[in-house]
Amino acid sequence: METLWFIIVAFMITMYVVLDGFDLGVGVLYLLLGTSDSDRQTMLKTIAPFWDGNEVWLLAAGGTLYFAFPMLYASSFSGFYLPLMIVLWLLMLRGAGIELRHQLHHPMWKSFWDVVFSLSSVLLVVFFGAALGNVIRGVPLHQDGYFFEPLWTTFTVVPEAGILDWFTVLIGLVALFTLTAHGAHYISMKTTGDIQIRARSYAAMSWWGVLLTSILALVATSSIRPEIWNNYAEHPWGYIFPLGGILGLAGMYIFPSRGKDTSSFLSSTLFIVSMLSATAFGLYPHLLPSSTDPQYSLTVYNAAAQHYGLSVGLLWWIVGMLLAGGYFTYLYRSFRGKVSSGAEGEMY
Amino acid sequence: MNDALLIDRLQFGFTIAYHYIFPQLTMGLSLVIVVLKGMYLWKRDERYNNATRFLARIFAINFFVGVITGIPMEFQFGTNWARFSKFAGGVIGQTLAMEGVFSFFLESSFLGLFLFGEEKLGKRGHFVSALLVFIGSWLSGYLIVATNAWMQHPVGYQIASDGSAQLTSFWDLLLNPWVGWQYVHTMSGSVVTAGFVVASIGAYYVLAQRDTDYGKLFVHVGVVTGIIASIIVLFPTGDQQGKNVALHQPVTLAAMEGLFKTKEGAELTLIGQPDIEGQKMDNPLHIPNMLSFLTYNRWKAEVKGLDAFPRDQWPDNIPLLYYSYHIMVGLGTIFIAITVVAGYLLWRRRLFSSRWMLWILMLSFPFPYIANTAGWMTAELGRQPWLAYGIMRTVQGTSPTVSAGNGLFTLLGFLGMYFVIGVLFLFLMIKKINHGPEKLLYET
Ligand code: HDD
Ligand code: HEM
Ligand code: HEM
Repeated sequence: METLWFIIVAFMITMYVVLDGFDLGVGVLYLLLGTSDSDRQTMLKTIAPFWDGNEVWLLAAGGTLYFAFPMLYASSFSGFYLPLMIVLWLLMLRGAGIELRHQLHHPMWKSFWDVVFSLSSVLLVVFFGAALGNVIRGVPLHQDGYFFEPLWTTFTVVPEAGILDWFTVLIGLVALFTLTAHGAHYISMKTTGDIQIRARSYAAMSWWGVLLTSILALVATSSIRPEIWNNYAEHPWGYIFPLGGILGLAGMYIFPSRGKDTSSFLSSTLFIVSMLSATAFGLYPHLLPSSTDPQYSLTVYNAAAQHYGLSVGLLWWIVGMLLAGGYFTYLYRSFRGKVSSGAEGEMY
Repeated sequence: MNDALLIDRLQFGFTIAYHYIFPQLTMGLSLVIVVLKGMYLWKRDERYNNATRFLARIFAINFFVGVITGIPMEFQFGTNWARFSKFAGGVIGQTLAMEGVFSFFLESSFLGLFLFGEEKLGKRGHFVSALLVFIGSWLSGYLIVATNAWMQHPVGYQIASDGSAQLTSFWDLLLNPWVGWQYVHTMSGSVVTAGFVVASIGAYYVLAQRDTDYGKLFVHVGVVTGIIASIIVLFPTGDQQGKNVALHQPVTLAAMEGLFKTKEGAELTLIGQPDIEGQKMDNPLHIPNMLSFLTYNRWKAEVKGLDAFPRDQWPDNIPLLYYSYHIMVGLGTIFIAITVVAGYLLWRRRLFSSRWMLWILMLSFPFPYIANTAGWMTAELGRQPWLAYGIMRTVQGTSPTVSAGNGLFTLLGFLGMYFVIGVLFLFLMIKKINHGPEKLLYET
């Protein structure tokens, strides 16, 4: 049962990264790609009806984590206090950027919110990557299951490290390049003309970044947390995850140049899903490894709620997911196809 | 009280009270929108449709600020109340997670459709999307109120060997005896807000002699909703909430009412200042025996005063609790008076010529917000010194590793951020109201 909930939480986080990932990616590319006001409007229109729903995956994953693994929620959210608050503020700023820009037709107002939106998207992606980096590297857990991490210490990977060290920043960069490519694929799928062509070329450029940082991250992870390979040695079927990652990466290279935008988008989706699954597979049964003493690590067993709660949770969770799946399918179908460019069809 | 605890409480209280400004309006307004949209389908009068288009714009701004300020709430249980989360996560995490899974997905998906899809969906489809947004937000209200109800009156749990609370009955949690009245009371409070806001916008248009057709419609709808909701807030829901408090948290009731001494035939204090040191009310204005009657339906029933409880069970800020409660109830009474008089004038077709009443309607929109906030302060201060009533004290719930300095930093951050958001919000609201509904007719 605990393992099932581990999979569920991992699934919800992955959904979040895939879905909110593309609108974050649009945010990263926003200033680079959107050189004119009408381009920017077009880009915003591709995500306007969706971004809030996508972000709900984060909230729902947070809630699920709360009741399935209360100890993990308590320990990690208080331990990552400052960075988490910064993430919250960035999420707020980003939401404000998307929703406020079009409220006033004044160039200064617009450029202000444009920068807010894009900058907060970039920082969020890096922070999310760094958060994953922290989980892989481990945090200085005490015996009682709590810890507190400062923002940064010496930028090196030591047991009492900060949130940001070279390793976590590296994972942050992986996230940045990956989601940039993901966002670029999304834009080229939803638009036409000049902006589509430029989006494809950004996708091609960021591919090299993805490749380079992923290889570095792979090497770094193997040296910092070699345990991550234990599960693979025991259960070789787990290699399908890295394999999926390689396939995804290959697709991300091949399809954009041929103009197959949907296939490119699916490839980057495959890449994201595979890489996150590969990490989760390697970490299991750890939820938050301890960098001080392995005994203190939080695992699916010592952090989970009791059986009854987890099993009723499963019932409503399945019902809820079927419903949510229905809404999302309906929503994305209703707004399928390319968006009209520029100011046509004003937004609210 | 240590510094970290004080800061954690201030931060949580401030951010949640701020958050509640927005859902409070959207929950009520989504009902008004559904009603108007339904009228449009029924009467086929374009005026109703355009009125909803206008209200949808007001709704959208409030919704998005609600979303923006809601995000931190979801995480603060973990950041600032880690020991509480560890203790109670297995129970209240259920309702919080259900809120995400059942209502936020519903709301956010269909709000997108409601705002951007009028042409694509057709009349009926558009009505259905409005209805689903309404259901989503009211479901959200239910699940969050159920979360709060568990903290007020914990049920359906068991303390496990590691000292944490674990769920033993899902239905006990969802159908907590505390939650029913609390939910209806909270929702009617939010409909009061929506009624007053809509009436206030309408009164402004009528007085300013612009968009008058819509102005009259808004005043009409606002006043009618206002009457119904204000009455439900008092009776039966407020009355029953008071009875629940008397039954499960008698010491809270004594503090809310400012009753220091146990008494048969206890009096109801209308006005007065609690004097904790002297254990009495200063300058009181009483109705004899009324409190006994209201709580137990008998004039001479015994009501326990604060003296019946050990001091360490008393809520820790009795004066503020007492004032919050009296502000809420006092304003509630005034709301009934205002809406009933306005309703009478409306019925006699004199409302739109009674400029004084329109002025009152236009200016009274802030008061429901105050009443709602005061109501929550009553509930939350009254719960003290417990975080989960009777089983965990507030001092035991904080995060062990988050220091007061870190807490102060983020509290200041929230204050600054929310100030800016507030200014922008007001600016946009004024702009939308100034734009008015009539122009929208030609824009889409
Ligand atoms: C427009 C808003 C509004 C108005 C006019 C009133 N209330 Fe209220 N009240 C609320 C909005 C509210 C609320 C914000 O919805 C609260 C906070 C927590 C809750 O359950 O509802 C609340 C709480 C609350 C509680 C506290 C429950 C607790 O301690 O947990 C009681 C006893 C009452 N109400 C009773 C009344 C009475 C007798 C009223 C007479 C007119 C009244 N309320 C008017
Ligand atoms: C329904 C969901 C809610 C939950 C789960 C909740 C929970 C909490 C928690 C955990 C605290 C901090 C601990 C404490 O001081 O007791 C708190 C305090 C507080 N809450 Fe709530 N709350 C909810 C709704 C609200 C709303 C809507 C408001 C106001 C509009 C509100 C007003 C306050 C205030 C003012 C405090 C500070 C009280 C104090 O310092 O004593 N709460 N609440
Ligand atoms: C501690 C308690 C609370 C938490 C954790 C919380 C969390 C949230 C979050 C994360 C959102 C954004 C959802 C989205 O992205 O679509 C939100 C919005 C909302 N919340 Fe809260 N909230 C709390 C208190 C309350 C209370 C007390 C109510 C009402 C009784 C309420 C009603 C709503 C509603 C209706 C929305 C939809 C947005 C809107 O209408 O403005 N919430 N909340």
